[in-house]
Amino acid sequence: MNNRTETLIPVVGVITDVRIDTPDVKTFRVVTPEGKKAFDHMPGQCAMLSIPGVGEAMFSITSSPTNTEFMEFSIKKCGCVTDWLHQAEVGQQITIRGPYGRPFPVEEEFKGKDLLFIAGGIGLAPLRSVINYCRHYRDDYGKIDIVYGSRSMDDLVDYKEIVDEWTKDTNVDVHLTIDREQEGWDGHVGFVPNFVKELGFDTNKTAIICGPPIMIKFTLQAMVELGFNKEQVYTTMELRMKCGVGKCGRCNIGSKYVCKDGPVFRCDELDELPDEY
Amino acid sequence: MQKITRDVLVNKAVSLLEAGEVKAVLGWGKGEFSYDVTPTVFESADELRENFVWNDFCGANFSKYLVSKTRKIQGKILVFLKPCDTYSFNQLLTEHRFDREKVYAVGVPCEGMADIAKVKALAGDGISAIDFTDAGLVVTTLYDDEPKTITYADALAERCVNCKSKKHVAYDELLGESGEVLESARFDEVEKIEAMTADERFAFWQGELSRCIRCNACRDVCPACTCEKCVFDNPNSGAENKAPATSFEEQMFHIIRAFHVAGRCTDCGECSRVCPQNIPLHLLNRKFIRDIDNFYGEYQAGAEVGSRAPLVDYNLDDLEASDVFDRRDTE
Amino acid sequence: MRKFSLSVLSEVFAEIAKNATLYIPATDNAGGAKFTKWAEGVEYLETLNTVKSPKDFFFPHTEDLMEFKVTGKNIELFDIREESEDFVVFGVRACDVKSFDILDRVFLVDPVDTYYASRREHGVIISLACTRPAETCFCGTFDIDPATPAGDISAWKTEDSIYLEANTAKGEALLAKLDVLTEECDTEAVETQQEKIRKIMDKLPLKDLTTDSFGGGKTLDLFNSEKWAELSESCLGCGTCTFVCPTCQCYDIKDFNTGNGVIRYRCWDSCMFSEFTKMAHGNSRLSQLERFRQRFMHKLVYYPENNEGIFSCVGCGRCLSKCPISMNIVKVMKALGGEK
Repeated sequence: MNNRTETLIPVVGVITDVRIDTPDVKTFRVVTPEGKKAFDHMPGQCAMLSIPGVGEAMFSITSSPTNTEFMEFSIKKCGCVTDWLHQAEVGQQITIRGPYGRPFPVEEEFKGKDLLFIAGGIGLAPLRSVINYCRHYRDDYGKIDIVYGSRSMDDLVDYKEIVDEWTKDTNVDVHLTIDREQEGWDGHVGFVPNFVKELGFDTNKTAIICGPPIMIKFTLQAMVELGFNKEQVYTTMELRMKCGVGKCGRCNIGSKYVCKDGPVFRCDELDELPDEY
Repeated sequence: MQKITRDVLVNKAVSLLEAGEVKAVLGWGKGEFSYDVTPTVFESADELRENFVWNDFCGANFSKYLVSKTRKIQGKILVFLKPCDTYSFNQLLTEHRFDREKVYAVGVPCEGMADIAKVKALAGDGISAIDFTDAGLVVTTLYDDEPKTITYADALAERCVNCKSKKHVAYDELLGESGEVLESARFDEVEKIEAMTADERFAFWQGELSRCIRCNACRDVCPACTCEKCVFDNPNSGAENKAPATSFEEQMFHIIRAFHVAGRCTDCGECSRVCPQNIPLHLLNRKFIRDIDNFYGEYQAGAEVGSRAPLVDYNLDDLEASDVFDRRDTE
Repeated sequence: MRKFSLSVLSEVFAEIAKNATLYIPATDNAGGAKFTKWAEGVEYLETLNTVKSPKDFFFPHTEDLMEFKVTGKNIELFDIREESEDFVVFGVRACDVKSFDILDRVFLVDPVDTYYASRREHGVIISLACTRPAETCFCGTFDIDPATPAGDISAWKTEDSIYLEANTAKGEALLAKLDVLTEECDTEAVETQQEKIRKIMDKLPLKDLTTDSFGGGKTLDLFNSEKWAELSESCLGCGTCTFVCPTCQCYDIKDFNTGNGVIRYRCWDSCMFSEFTKMAHGNSRLSQLERFRQRFMHKLVYYPENNEGIFSCVGCGRCLSKCPISMNIVKVMKALGGEK
């Protein structure tokens, strides 16, 4: 029996780096005790991290699949498992299993297209994986626009990487915004949905939105106003999960399980599902 | 058989509803069979005339529903209360769990309710009809057997065999007549368990509680369990569990619950009625009631609104903890 | 077809128990029946349905999944899975046998749940035709025939004998071991028995319940029905229906610190519970209406949508007899248009 693979049984992972991103977001670098990447994944997929005795929770894998050395997780402090992780130091072991879920269609639908990424707050975490994947295979994709907003300057996740790397890429435009005026900030101020409308993008782009549910809702409305079809817009969802493989029965929206059939959904697919997320 | 008829109840509810005195009626709703009655909120006279049920299977106690329904429904809600239900009603008022002004309580006399499990044990499964006759419940089955007559006494639920009171302790209006507080034998079973040795008692409860499936029905139906957030539902409590991690925990759930309702439990017996595994949970509560009676003088939770339960009251004559400890050896 | 006289029932049980653990319906000492490990002296109890369904055999109420030892910053993980022992369950009704197919479609699809799979591989099911279906039965609604139960071996009980017919290789192997105690026979007695059962089926009060209004593709219509408010009005939010249901399969995974390590275990969970979908930052089903609707939508729409039209209900009637407020799938189906 023990030679049969059991998805619920994780492997041990080690935290080899902890980066403080914002007052409540830290990015954790994880490898196996042998120093290798725990498993391969595609952008948008998730992994179950756990601390025995504390609990297990699903997180999107923030690092790009093109990183062959380690995985990264940007995690906001907001519950039992995340509180505990935020106290963890380098060298701390955790458990990890995955990858889970349907990734962004980077090889199919996204190829050759102009891409528009729109993120709010910690919503950048799942998008960072696909942004860096597309940057890695730069020639496969058209123009990349990134709209990113947060409550304040201090709440912008991966700010250093955005400024030092993303803004310097050719054919990549980064548009940052924060909710309220702040000293030392000379960029745009305002909510993401309005910012998107102000920027007014070409409707030939494929858009990827991630953020708090309310932000997704209003941004999607703004996109439709700009003339986008829902078929052009992708998002990634989050609901309570335990198993990660569509069996424990709690992350469903209608007949779809977010862990297995998502977390990535094309927005027109969501219209077919009951409004219960 | 219930002496007061369905029509009396329906007419009362319809007249108050049509007069606009109440906005809704909390009553017993018709099921698929003769015995599966669902607590229902009726909002029209037609619904009442069509679906309201009053028979020997109307055991459900509506008092607890008032906590949520009085918050939800604009205007007054009519509630039918059997004598034992009125104790829960008062106890909830004592605990300030609902707004009395939003309720119109109609007391209904009760001759005792039947337990469908007892009926099935005597008449068999496959019940196609139950007729309520003077001689008893006449049960017809699907199998061409002769209909069986079960006397009301034989069908009576345990809590009704040991009915503590036919007296309504709360109502705005009474239909029929109210009765008296009764001398019941409800502590006989408790005494039997007390007479056991500690090992026997442990084995007894282990046998009963091992059947528990942690469905929480006992807690969810209990009029004394109205916490906005139960400790057993709180993942951060350290005690949250849907299933016992160990057999010890399984027992702890019921013991903790019994402690929590001690002094507030009116002995309405809903916990045992709803238990899918027929665990005699009421015996735990009755043990507490009996101990409180013995230690502090007789006390009936819910007998009056605002009474100070012995466990939350203090007077100089109170038993010392050491007295209780000493008594343990003599029992 | 083989048969044996009821007078040798305990010899047959003893023979089966020589090679595998045998479970039979026996009294639960509280007026009900439960599947009990057979040993000398355990009496077979003729009962229609056990209080708890036999899903426990494959998907136990609680089970340990793995263990951890935590030392400082280090974690050691122990795979404690063990191959299930061989076991036989006697007396499983047709509805409950069907429930195993429904659970298989969850646990045996990729990635296979190895805990479940191991038990499934090592379990042999001897079903038993229902001689007296009850008023709460509606298996016919889901095309289940209680006169021809599935399973590794189908069994029929008459006044004096039990008749056996193997349906699978596992069943044949077991039946072969009972050669000495059983004799070859024709199917006449069984056919007479089946006739009798079907006559009762025709009289069942719920025989006209249909699934016509349900199934895949009906999500939005049914989800948005106004009936849910009324149907869920007095739901207590307990887990009785879920836990007595043979097809409910939701589970939770939790950690238990023994003081000497951590056991990660799985236990049944219920979509009726208030914290079922609660996350650190919110809950997607805040009201009992939403939770109640989820349970029935899952059985009548979502599951069939994902499983070729098969419903996740077998009409065993347990929820009908056990729900504290007597609200159940039959009332839900009728309210939403499910009667001929």
